[in-house]
Amino acid sequence: MTPNLLLAAIMLINFMLVASSRVSKCIQLAALQGGLLALVLLLMHDHWPFHVLLMAFSTAAIKGVVIPAMLNRAQDRMKPQREPEPYVGYTLTLVMAAAGTGLAFILARRLPLQAGNLGTLFVPASIMALFTGFLLLTTRKRALLQVVGYLVLENGVYLFSLLLVKQMPLLVETGVLLDLVVGIFVMGIVINHIQTAFDSQDTHRLAHLKD
Amino acid sequence: MIRTLARPALLLLAQMVLTLVLAPLLPGIVNKVKALFAGRVGPPVFQLYYDLARLLRKGAVFSRTTTGVFLAGPAASVAVPFTAALLVPMGGATAPVSFAGDAVVLAYLFGVARFFVVLAALDTGSAFEGMGAAREVTFAVLAEPALFMGLATLARLSGGPSLAPMLTAAGQGWRAAGGPLALVLTAWVIVFLVENCRIPFDDPNTHLELTMIHEAMVLDHSGPPLAAVLYGASLKLWVLGALVVKLCLPHRGTWWIDWPAFLGGMTLLACGVGVVESIMARLRMRRVSQALIAAVVSGTFGFLLLLLA
Repeated sequence: MTPNLLLAAIMLINFMLVASSRVSKCIQLAALQGGLLALVLLLMHDHWPFHVLLMAFSTAAIKGVVIPAMLNRAQDRMKPQREPEPYVGYTLTLVMAAAGTGLAFILARRLPLQAGNLGTLFVPASIMALFTGFLLLTTRKRALLQVVGYLVLENGVYLFSLLLVKQMPLLVETGVLLDLVVGIFVMGIVINHIQTAFDSQDTHRLAHLKD
Repeated sequence: MIRTLARPALLLLAQMVLTLVLAPLLPGIVNKVKALFAGRVGPPVFQLYYDLARLLRKGAVFSRTTTGVFLAGPAASVAVPFTAALLVPMGGATAPVSFAGDAVVLAYLFGVARFFVVLAALDTGSAFEGMGAAREVTFAVLAEPALFMGLATLARLSGGPSLAPMLTAAGQGWRAAGGPLALVLTAWVIVFLVENCRIPFDDPNTHLELTMIHEAMVLDHSGPPLAAVLYGASLKLWVLGALVVKLCLPHRGTWWIDWPAFLGGMTLLACGVGVVESIMARLRMRRVSQALIAAVVSGTFGFLLLLLA
């Protein structure tokens, strides 16, 4: 069974992420996306050997529970403040994400893929997730949203690597997941420092000099 | 000969009579559901019929600045949904009038109605009406591509540009193409709510001109023209609602299943609108355009999904 519908749902979540202005909602959406990735991994295999189950479980646990919980914790610790307006407005980023989706479909057609992967949405979904993550990283001012962007970007990489899952050992994936946790951890520390230094997590302020 | 003609004639008659008679029920159901949610008794389901009867007995007052165009708005807002109702299949798989490309005609029929309503609004010279007109066309510009992306998806699904086969194919196609159809449904529900000025995009019961969209344009109508505007709005709700309902409804081929299913679907839709209106707040004006762009994106994505998957 091809998990095309799940992939479509993942792409839709990308659109929602780009359109929503609330940090807590973005974190929830990213968590949902992580959970769906685990489901995609399960659906790709007809029978589930131990390492696949382990991989799916750790994906769901790390991307769907641990990292969102960390982000939520960071969010709770922040002082409540007005959302800074993003560099590029929500509507415009949504249009850009739509254009990016079109590009992703075109790109996916041009890539020399294995015959079995042509009809599926894997490659467009992964390129689109990369693009969306990139958009979030560059257009948002809040550090937490940028971390969510990084997470989405990584989800795109993960999706792409799922294509190779039959050829490659899942060890690489496990390593990537570990990297991700460490990365988010470091970002959490950085956000904390930004918060204490600037009394806000608006990364725009990092551009100004300060004594 | 007579038998072959009798069926389309009967269909035409049934569809027209049901549309004309039952359309004002929909706002009544919506209001009843809203009242139940709020713990009120609410106005009777037939309230709009009473209102129409009352307004028709009244005289109309016309501002001295208005010209003949002022009456074109109410006229078009009844005539157009009525014409459009001929193109939409309701009970069965066929519509009374059907030809290649009638989906485009349907979309632009509503454009014609909007044009005349806006003209009538501008004709009064009132600042509020001009503002309402500007908002209406702004949102219409964004709603149209969402409708068209849905139509394109259905055309691709059915293999032809005619509305009746398109909607029938959609009703049957949920198992094969559920993803794209769900996206089209999302887009169309947003278009349905925007076009009919429902919460969360516009509040039909608002009494503050500054926040109105559609209602601001019909402030100066009174008496029978106002009745025409209200009746036209309910017809539009009915026709666009029929599009949404037929998109989800599989077609069984026997009229005594299809018609009750359709009418039940319309009732459910009206209840759904009532529930949405009860549990949601109105969106800020700038979020409306964002929701509409989301609808366009959803429709486009559905189309892409159908093309490639």
